[in-house]
Amino acid sequence: MWGRTRTDLPFDQDQSTRFLPWIVALMVLLAALAAAAALIVQRAADTWDNGLSGRMTVQIPAEDSDVAAAQSAAILTMLRATPGVISAEPLAAAAVAALLEPWLGDAAGDTDLPVPLLIDVELTPGARLDSTTLATRLSEVASGVAIDDHRVWLSGLIDLARIVELAALLVVVLIGFSAVATVIFATRSGFAVHYDIIELLHFMGARDSYVAAQFQGQAMRQGLRGGLLGAITAAALLALIGFFARDIQAAFIPPLNLDPRQWGILAIVPISAVVIAMGTARLTVLRALARMP
Amino acid sequence: MLRFENVGMRYGMGPEVLRDLNFTLEPGSFHFLTGASGAGKTTLLKLMYLAHRPSRGLVHVFGRDISVTPRADLPPLRRRIGVVYQDFRLIEHLTAVENVALPLRFAGADRDETEAHVRELLTWVGLADHLDARPSTLSGGQQQRVAIARAVINRPSLLLADEPTGNVDDDIAVRLMYLFEQLNRMGTTVLIASHNEALIGRFPYPILRLEDGELQVVGSRRGAAE
Ligand SMILES: Nc1ncnc2c1ncn2[C@@H]1O[C@H](COP(=O)(O)OP(=O)(O)OP(=O)(O)O)[C@@H](O)[C@H]1O
Ligand SMILES: [Mg+2]
Repeated sequence: MWGRTRTDLPFDQDQSTRFLPWIVALMVLLAALAAAAALIVQRAADTWDNGLSGRMTVQIPAEDSDVAAAQSAAILTMLRATPGVISAEPLAAAAVAALLEPWLGDAAGDTDLPVPLLIDVELTPGARLDSTTLATRLSEVASGVAIDDHRVWLSGLIDLARIVELAALLVVVLIGFSAVATVIFATRSGFAVHYDIIELLHFMGARDSYVAAQFQGQAMRQGLRGGLLGAITAAALLALIGFFARDIQAAFIPPLNLDPRQWGILAIVPISAVVIAMGTARLTVLRALARMP
Repeated sequence: MLRFENVGMRYGMGPEVLRDLNFTLEPGSFHFLTGASGAGKTTLLKLMYLAHRPSRGLVHVFGRDISVTPRADLPPLRRRIGVVYQDFRLIEHLTAVENVALPLRFAGADRDETEAHVRELLTWVGLADHLDARPSTLSGGQQQRVAIARAVINRPSLLLADEPTGNVDDDIAVRLMYLFEQLNRMGTTVLIASHNEALIGRFPYPILRLEDGELQVVGSRRGAAE
């Protein structure tokens, strides 16, 4: 009958540690959101890295369509002879018109419009091709040729994404540290409040691990309560964001919903909260007990 | 069982409360400890139940020199010592039964078995009607009996009692003394600190007297009177 319902230490009368589950819940919520941000940005960066960076677009201005056609043939030959280029294909006029339609409306289909010729160039991944030098060489054939190298601004974007990802992970780690500090503080105050009973148990021959287990159990109950609350709130928020983001199909906006693997990774956050609370409480109590004879 | 050699004890930087203590408690012996208020009785008991290490000198408990015993080896020694504290030190949120059962839990005893044992002992000390009472709802004398039950429940090798009859009337005091004697007959070494000269005079046990921080062993009061 004893022990099953009551602990040796009257934790449930504690005013000092009653706040702990709420703080754990808040920390789990913040950490989960930061971790989700890191995962989303990471996936976007990976996508950009794999999918798009092996391409560039060459633009030939079209003041005179006959001249442009001749220049285009010469440039295609040059491009195909350039090391690192897998293929170079002119975009069909219809495809170019489709690209312009959002700006020009139906007029985009008008063949009289001086629409530039576009050549889609596919590069071997990781090719060290300097687009500035290439542009100089191409402009000897056709003046006004411009190269739109996705890799340049995309690699900038990927770097930015990696930094955002690192910053988000740093936030998660910092929240972890403040969780440790909070549990140390709460445990020390609990230790002080219950000092008389702890001393009594100690004199009666309780081992340090017996007393530490009481605090560890209390930390586990509070960590579970807070972790669960924080996890549910975070999951609801992320699901809501994913729901509203499901229809957004803009080119470079990464998908904001999480896949099962990412949900699995996020589940580590509340679990770590419980583990951190238990471990920190145990070590804090053992250190305090070591000062008793 | 218990041996003190040139033991001195001071609190912090204060004066020596105990000086040059030299004595031995043989296994199975029964002693009283007397001395004026403030003479250091409680302090001496604290050294015995390993709540303090002496400022100087050697304390041997169960054959172990405490000053060189590693901290991790102390809990099993403490578990063989039953203590009745002067201020009882009952745990307020636990019932009488739960308080008394505490030492059994450290020993890892089976619950159902121990609970019957705990109830039986509490009944024996006259608390049959208060088994599930919280300490704060009990009188001073009742709390004292719960504290005594907790100290003896484990059949300790050494029983240290600090004024264990201070709050009960003479009938119960004598009854509790019989409990201690019974325990002593089963092999427990007993040391009882008490002011109660009348009670001490009724039993034939030697007396340790603390005076000015020093200890002298005198024969039993009853023996002296005869
Ligand atoms: N924790 C402490 N810190 C400092 N001094 C203490 C402490 N406990 C006791 N003392 C001092 O040690 C001396 C002995 O105290 P102790 O409690 O051992 O006396 P006692 O014989 O048990 O007295 P009583 O019969 O009143 O219980 C006293 O002078 C007291 O002031
Ligand atoms: Mg005293």
